[in-house]
Amino acid sequence: MNAQRRRALILSLALLALSVGALLFGLGIGSTGFQSVLAARHDPIALQIVWDIRLPRTLGAWLAGGLLGLAGAVAQGLFRNPLADPYLLGSASGASLGVAVALLLFGASPSTTQWVIRLGLTGAAFVGAVVAVLLTLALARGVQQTLRLLLAGVIVGVVLGAVKDLITIQSADILVALTGFMLGSTGLVGWSACALMAIFGASCLLLGWALAPVLDGLALGESTAASLGLPLGAMRAALVAVLALATGAAVAQTGLIAFVGLAAPHLVRSAVKTTHAWLLVLSALMGGLLLMTADLGARWFIAPQELPVGVLTAVLGGSYLLWLMHRRSLRGGA
Amino acid sequence: MSAAVPALHCEGVQASLGRAVVLHGIDLTLPAGRWSAIVGPNGAGKSTLLRVLAGLLPHDGTVQLFGQPMARMPGRTRAQRLAWLGQGGAGEGSADDLLVYDVAMLGRLPHQRWLASPSDADRAAVERALRSTQAWDWRERPLGQLSGGERQRVLLARALAVEAEVLLMDEPLANLDPPHQADWMHTVRALVAQGRTVVSVLHELSMALAADTVAVMADGRLMHHGAAADVSTHRALERVFDDRVAVHSVAHQWIALPR
Repeated sequence: MNAQRRRALILSLALLALSVGALLFGLGIGSTGFQSVLAARHDPIALQIVWDIRLPRTLGAWLAGGLLGLAGAVAQGLFRNPLADPYLLGSASGASLGVAVALLLFGASPSTTQWVIRLGLTGAAFVGAVVAVLLTLALARGVQQTLRLLLAGVIVGVVLGAVKDLITIQSADILVALTGFMLGSTGLVGWSACALMAIFGASCLLLGWALAPVLDGLALGESTAASLGLPLGAMRAALVAVLALATGAAVAQTGLIAFVGLAAPHLVRSAVKTTHAWLLVLSALMGGLLLMTADLGARWFIAPQELPVGVLTAVLGGSYLLWLMHRRSLRGGA
Repeated sequence: MSAAVPALHCEGVQASLGRAVVLHGIDLTLPAGRWSAIVGPNGAGKSTLLRVLAGLLPHDGTVQLFGQPMARMPGRTRAQRLAWLGQGGAGEGSADDLLVYDVAMLGRLPHQRWLASPSDADRAAVERALRSTQAWDWRERPLGQLSGGERQRVLLARALAVEAEVLLMDEPLANLDPPHQADWMHTVRALVAQGRTVVSVLHELSMALAADTVAVMADGRLMHHGAAADVSTHRALERVFDDRVAVHSVAHQWIALPR
């Protein structure tokens, strides 16, 4: 095993250990603090707080972050662009539009919003995200032309975003409800959401890992990848499916979380140089740790109030990327 | 395999980039076990022809690899028999985080079962390829830490690691300094001595004249294909460059110099 493989293995173990530590810490964050954890054995209410609220929420943040980290690494490999993020194919606008349409159809009064949020919001967001990606694929006439795919994603994002805005200005209630979704939150993640994300996460990670050599080949250019005898069209379509499903599953459960998908692969690459097979796994672990840590911060900084976790990820992720760029430019003498 | 069967043979090849037709009915036969160079001015269609020969570009007409129609050949079989080295800048940036060894190992992908670990034969082929381009010592370095010339040697090693019967190279000398250009030529000569076929698009005309045969192109057409030593090849070369180059014999080598 070479030095970089060893580093990759150590990094994955460290990320897992930190995640377990953060998960345990997350059990104690809330209005009743660690008392609920200590009392959980004999107090059914404390047990309910820890088992039904804090644990699924913290684990859900880890799973959603993992999905976004994985999707980010796939997007950056697929589009051969380090600035690519999971929302590039219009899935963010699609998910927002899905939620806006659901709110418009079911109404956005306080009572119905609660119902829509619990039953229909996640489904609407998921369907919206997947439909947006399909629309992008139709507009780009398939997955063969990377540049056309990127442009189609931008166009679909802008158009669906405009339709969403049109719906939003119909009612202040929809605007308020949608703003919560746009800022991202793990507050409503329960065990069923965790199970869904775990199933999507495991499937997408497995498929992405199996297709990782395609991403390595694509890194050397389209013609080199094609010369390796790979069925490039089918494999690229499968990678787009991984990207769409991982993003859709995360967005549906937690809303639009910024920067995790973009920052996680960068953080991994700054620590270890390796193939996409390792990069995908490590990016998922890094994304999970990032979002779980951000979620803990969002619950803890102004407790008992909460910050929107998406705002926190944007501030922390953006700051770290700026620092990383600064460090690289110093090293490069630029 | 019969010695008479050419490595590559194309008939009536026509190809377009967008709406522009860039190859107009090319007929070309490239002998097996030889080094053929494709030369011509910018925009002559050299790289496009090479991509057609590699099966990487949709086209009209037929291309045969050792007598078999390439269009009907499974991609994996084609990739095992024919290796490709694209222009030097390919992959710049996005491949920076890949280690040199992993890049070279990609050349073994056509020989590996999907998701299988590299075999001893794969590892031996990669080591041979990296050593032949003097890139073995960098095997644990990321591609992004190498200079343009060093990077080009790694990409050449990736193509060599395929150990295919035919190796197609598009401007392989870009970024290489003269000693490494000479090394490249020795590598090509060694491959040909092993019975492999090498086809390279070259801008370095004197280097092209060291090949066994030279295909001269202009305006998407094949103007001439003959032995590098033939006077008719030299005249064709001078003509397509509007007589602004002249071929001379110096110390038993052909060189092309600006007039």
